Amino acid sequence: MEVFLQQLINGISLGSIYALIALGYTMVYGIVQLINFAHGDVYMVGAYLGFFATAILGWPFLPALLLSMVVCAILGMVIEKLAYTPLRNAPRIAALITAIGVSLFLEYGMMLLVTPQVRTFPQVLPEVQYKLLGNLVITNRQIIILVVTIALMLLLQYIVHKTKIGKAMRAVSHDKQAAQLMGINVNKTISATFAIGSALAAAAGVLVGIYYNAINPLMGIMPGLKAFVAAVLGGIGIIPGAMTGGFLLGIVEAMVSGYGKSLYRDPVAFVILIIILIVKPAGLFGKNVREKV
Amino acid sequence: MLKVEDVHVYYGAIHAIKGISLEVPQGQIVTLIGANGAGKTSTLNTICGLIKPKSGRITFEGKDITGMATPEIVKMGLTQVPEGRRIFANMPVYENLELGAFLNKNKKEVAEAMENVYTRFPRLRERKNQLAGSLSGGEQQMLAMGRALMSKPRLLLLDEPSMGLSPILVKEIFSIIKELNEQGTTILLVEQNAKMALSIAHRGYVVETGRIVLAGDAKELLESPEVKRAYLGG
Repeated sequence: MEVFLQQLINGISLGSIYALIALGYTMVYGIVQLINFAHGDVYMVGAYLGFFATAILGWPFLPALLLSMVVCAILGMVIEKLAYTPLRNAPRIAALITAIGVSLFLEYGMMLLVTPQVRTFPQVLPEVQYKLLGNLVITNRQIIILVVTIALMLLLQYIVHKTKIGKAMRAVSHDKQAAQLMGINVNKTISATFAIGSALAAAAGVLVGIYYNAINPLMGIMPGLKAFVAAVLGGIGIIPGAMTGGFLLGIVEAMVSGYGKSLYRDPVAFVILIIILIVKPAGLFGKNVREKV
Repeated sequence: MLKVEDVHVYYGAIHAIKGISLEVPQGQIVTLIGANGAGKTSTLNTICGLIKPKSGRITFEGKDITGMATPEIVKMGLTQVPEGRRIFANMPVYENLELGAFLNKNKKEVAEAMENVYTRFPRLRERKNQLAGSLSGGEQQMLAMGRALMSKPRLLLLDEPSMGLSPILVKEIFSIIKELNEQGTTILLVEQNAKMALSIAHRGYVVETGRIVLAGDAKELLESPEVKRAYLGG
């Protein structure tokens, strides 16, 4: 029971990271039907920006987080403009291959820039451990990860449901032509979606830097794929699905590790992907909305 | 008010619109009738800027709008109720209406416009919190029209508003169109139901395979033997 509860705490922290990255996948898919495989690398760039702000500029946690989010938002928009906009009407496979190209470009471009060496994040937030119910341990970093994640999710829900740009995003993802007839600028809306998704990935990057301390240019590959699994698990294109999928996957992984099978951590995630694609391809939250014509 | 001059549209190698010219005078209902695939919807979409013409000129209230982006055109007071309604099915009725007034930043005006739509279509008020996809076909058509009216258009393009509706509902929708026109909205109506369309229109154009083959006063077209034979079943 103790192992279970402890791994639940660890799993929620890990799941927060997956959920934040998965949101970007799902939002971008929802609006342009593209699996943006470069998304995991935006998360990596976010981690490096956090490293730059804390280790080189000596900034505290929150300003570093904001800087990373803003710069990655811009990066996301630039990627979309340069790589994906010209392919908007091309076959989907062309955009998908381009996404892989952008991914490799970011990974090895970053290596060129900062060397492949692993960097150690400065101790911006010295670790404090709290004991719960006897032997359960929760750290201040885990609490911060969860609080930041939940705050960002609430903010996202507010943006998507209450603001004009959020309404435009939902309209464009449902029907681009009809959205244009409402006077919505489709290009701007898609751009904003990439910006928001990338900012969330950047936040995940900074949080991971603080949690695990070590970052490297290829760190985005595995979490990127895992977040993709999380997005599919919840139902690609569905925002609450990505949140739930992320947390679920994090918890499952922590449980697998906690019960002594940490070697199976990665395979389990992909077995989940295969099972969900066979059993319920629309994802946990996916349903076929029937429309009357 | 709207002038389309010798517009050509291609889809890849297919020459879909082969030099269409038409005119919609202020305050009138003009209808475009013709069979499936004649180019009616393409013509409307070209006017709205959803499709870029290869050549030709479109002017709205004297301004050249050829090749302009759709949001800009909507801003000028020209909007379309698309074929098949294209409502946002996964959003509630009131959000669909809000989106119709997307370009209007004045909250008070938007609220007024919404009140007007609810007064015109009381069914929408009853169902304002319901998901649009759960409405019946007729209600969806009302929603699509209400949504377009939210931007207070001076020229409204209607694409097949009678599609898939029962005869009673078709009558109701057409009387609403007539009423809108009497209250000052100019209308360009695309229809397959030629008889209904010509009966409320001032002018009509008959489109066949991307060309205008007949044009004239709606009453005269209704009586013309060609139209009778081809579209009115006798």
